Amino acid sequence: MTTKKNQPTHPLDSLVRTDRIPHIWCPGCGVGTAFSSCLIAMKSSGIDLQKTTMVSGIGCSARGPGYTNLDSYHTTHGRAIPYATGMKLANPQLNVVVFSGDGDLFAIGGNHFIHAARRNIDLTVVCVNNLNYGMTGGQVAATTPSLSKTTTTPQGNPEPPFNLPLLAFASGATYVARWTILHTRDLTKSIEEALQRRGFSFIEVLAPCPTGYGRRNRERPLDALRFYQEKSIIKNDAHPADIILDYQKGITLGTFVDVEKPTFTDIYEKTCRLDPAACM
Amino acid sequence: MRPEVLTGEHFLTGDEACAEGALAAGCRFFGAYPITPATEIAERMALYLPEVGGTFIQMEDEIAAMAAVLGASSAGAKSMSATSGPGFSLMMENFGLGIYTEIPCVLVNVQRAGPSTGLPTMPAQGDMMQARWGSHGPYEVIALAPSSPQEMFYQTITAFNLSETFRLPVLIMADEVTGHLSEKVVIPEADAIKLQTRKLPRGRKDRFKPFQPGPDEVPPMAAAGEGYGIHVTGLTHDERGYPAMSPEAHEKLVARIVGKIRNNRHRIIQTESYRLDDAEIAIISYGVSGRSSLAAVDEAREKGIKAGLLRLITVWPFPEELIESLAKKMKALVTVEINLGQIHLEVERCSRGRCASFLVGHAGGTVISPDRILESLEAIHK
Amino acid sequence: MKFWRVPLDAIEVEVTQGVVHIIEDRCKGCGFCIVYCPRDVLEESPHFNAKGYHTPRVKKEGACVNCHYCETICPDLAIYSVEAQPASS
Repeated sequence: MTTKKNQPTHPLDSLVRTDRIPHIWCPGCGVGTAFSSCLIAMKSSGIDLQKTTMVSGIGCSARGPGYTNLDSYHTTHGRAIPYATGMKLANPQLNVVVFSGDGDLFAIGGNHFIHAARRNIDLTVVCVNNLNYGMTGGQVAATTPSLSKTTTTPQGNPEPPFNLPLLAFASGATYVARWTILHTRDLTKSIEEALQRRGFSFIEVLAPCPTGYGRRNRERPLDALRFYQEKSIIKNDAHPADIILDYQKGITLGTFVDVEKPTFTDIYEKTCRLDPAACM
Repeated sequence: MRPEVLTGEHFLTGDEACAEGALAAGCRFFGAYPITPATEIAERMALYLPEVGGTFIQMEDEIAAMAAVLGASSAGAKSMSATSGPGFSLMMENFGLGIYTEIPCVLVNVQRAGPSTGLPTMPAQGDMMQARWGSHGPYEVIALAPSSPQEMFYQTITAFNLSETFRLPVLIMADEVTGHLSEKVVIPEADAIKLQTRKLPRGRKDRFKPFQPGPDEVPPMAAAGEGYGIHVTGLTHDERGYPAMSPEAHEKLVARIVGKIRNNRHRIIQTESYRLDDAEIAIISYGVSGRSSLAAVDEAREKGIKAGLLRLITVWPFPEELIESLAKKMKALVTVEINLGQIHLEVERCSRGRCASFLVGHAGGTVISPDRILESLEAIHK
Repeated sequence: MKFWRVPLDAIEVEVTQGVVHIIEDRCKGCGFCIVYCPRDVLEESPHFNAKGYHTPRVKKEGACVNCHYCETICPDLAIYSVEAQPASS
């Protein structure tokens, strides 16, 4: 490492397995920025980092937890949320953060997402949405915009994408936000808030995938950032049904849901633990 | 509040006894998904786990149930799930994750007749090879096959002990009849039950390598939140837990995962012999078929056929040496199981052609009657 | 920079100064920090790092206000700023 003599270390190095850096993410990929924001938020939120664990499934974003020196679990494709659910229920003292991608959390893992949100498991779910499957080379995902080209939709995507914040809201998430990697301060603040909230929190982070998505849709990393800059409309508290993610019309960003509801554990303790007869 | 160990004499089904075994073994998390004929295990755990300080959750599918079980164990709780054929298939990927990341837990398969939805309410032993090879890649498993409610109780405790000792998901391969059969189950005092717990790390936390094995090839295990800062991945990993993408690292890790079971097989394998000493024909069986076989041995002896029984309590790792030594002594080995020949293939492999080997089996849906076994014994005897 | 209206206390307000640090070997040359630095402190260096990427370099010494934006948008943990020590009087 050619850090200059007497150069102070990077402020996030205390949370990173520096012997594993540089990481695997491509030049211009946005996962690293979302990852840094997550680490900054963890530091600034004041949560006990020894009691904090990061869980992921499979994919580019899912490699994130492996770069922290926190307890981290890189599990099977789509199954980060049920794995995290088991961890949280077995030890409610843990702060459990799921950091994974859109393909992992919303295609193969979509069922787990809606059920964890419905149950209001106390998790913080950060989804890096790069609009495609990056790790396998740019295939269509449940988030790929209609008509976009991917390796498995060479003529253009015939399917409409999910509106992830709406899905999270409809499923019962108590904190829902969407930002891009350009909006690092808002993003970091959002993750910080989500870490401090009890309940199922969901943050979607739009990020460029120059190698998979960008290459086939004439979008270089800086084009994506410019697009985020020009087309973003921040509307905090907007109803998730009204928010858009459209290359022509724009992208709605903000914190859309921030409510309090008893978590699964709260209700379990009340209904099952104290009065066993209630379980009969 | 009920005690953790329900000491006393009870009239329980195998499924209920299994749940009692789990509670007595210290199981404190159950990730469930209902499926006949394993549902009763989940039902009893749902009722009693909260009373002993554990947590029960019915997940959205068996994939999630298995993932939650691994997660809970990673967070330090003894964890368990129970399922049957279709759910077992769905759990296989995460079962492999548990094998590779060495997460102790117990998975019960109360077998019903497959393939596919098959005969959901009727018995079979058709998942024995799936238990061995159901997830992808080379690995070793431990699978137990109880044949009565009493054994469901004890083998569940054994399964937890083995899983904690060797750090892997341990399978209980029961069957619909053993699961639904009601019999007397004697539960001893809590003090009389020997429990194993996972080996914990010692020394400086910042120097801990989560996959550095001890002399028994098993690494100590740190749970999340204990301050060790471990990384656990289903990718091939080195002793630090870091992904290690090379054939050499893969060879090393797989060899250890396989070796820790193979090299400790004498500590793991349990079998039960009945009238084998002077036998000429040995029946090899397990689970409910072991009970039919027991009756057949007595009936055969009455007819002057020198039959004996080797009942496998541990099916995997397979008692290879024992079968080989039996093959040297016997005229014939007869495998009795409710499938079209799975353990039979193992028996044949291990007997190395030293004696004749026969299968008494069918595709599933009912038990194998002692009469049918006797018929075969008579035919072989002639 | 020219302002059409200057706050009355502008002279008294101390603007923090920052020093940019670049860990060259971590950089993958995406250019995010260069394009989005609010003070336009950085430019692409003609120099290649060990992996063959053009890293950023500081073009305006003393212009950094230690806002940390480069630090947060950098996907590679390769750039950060620290507050400059005030010149001893």
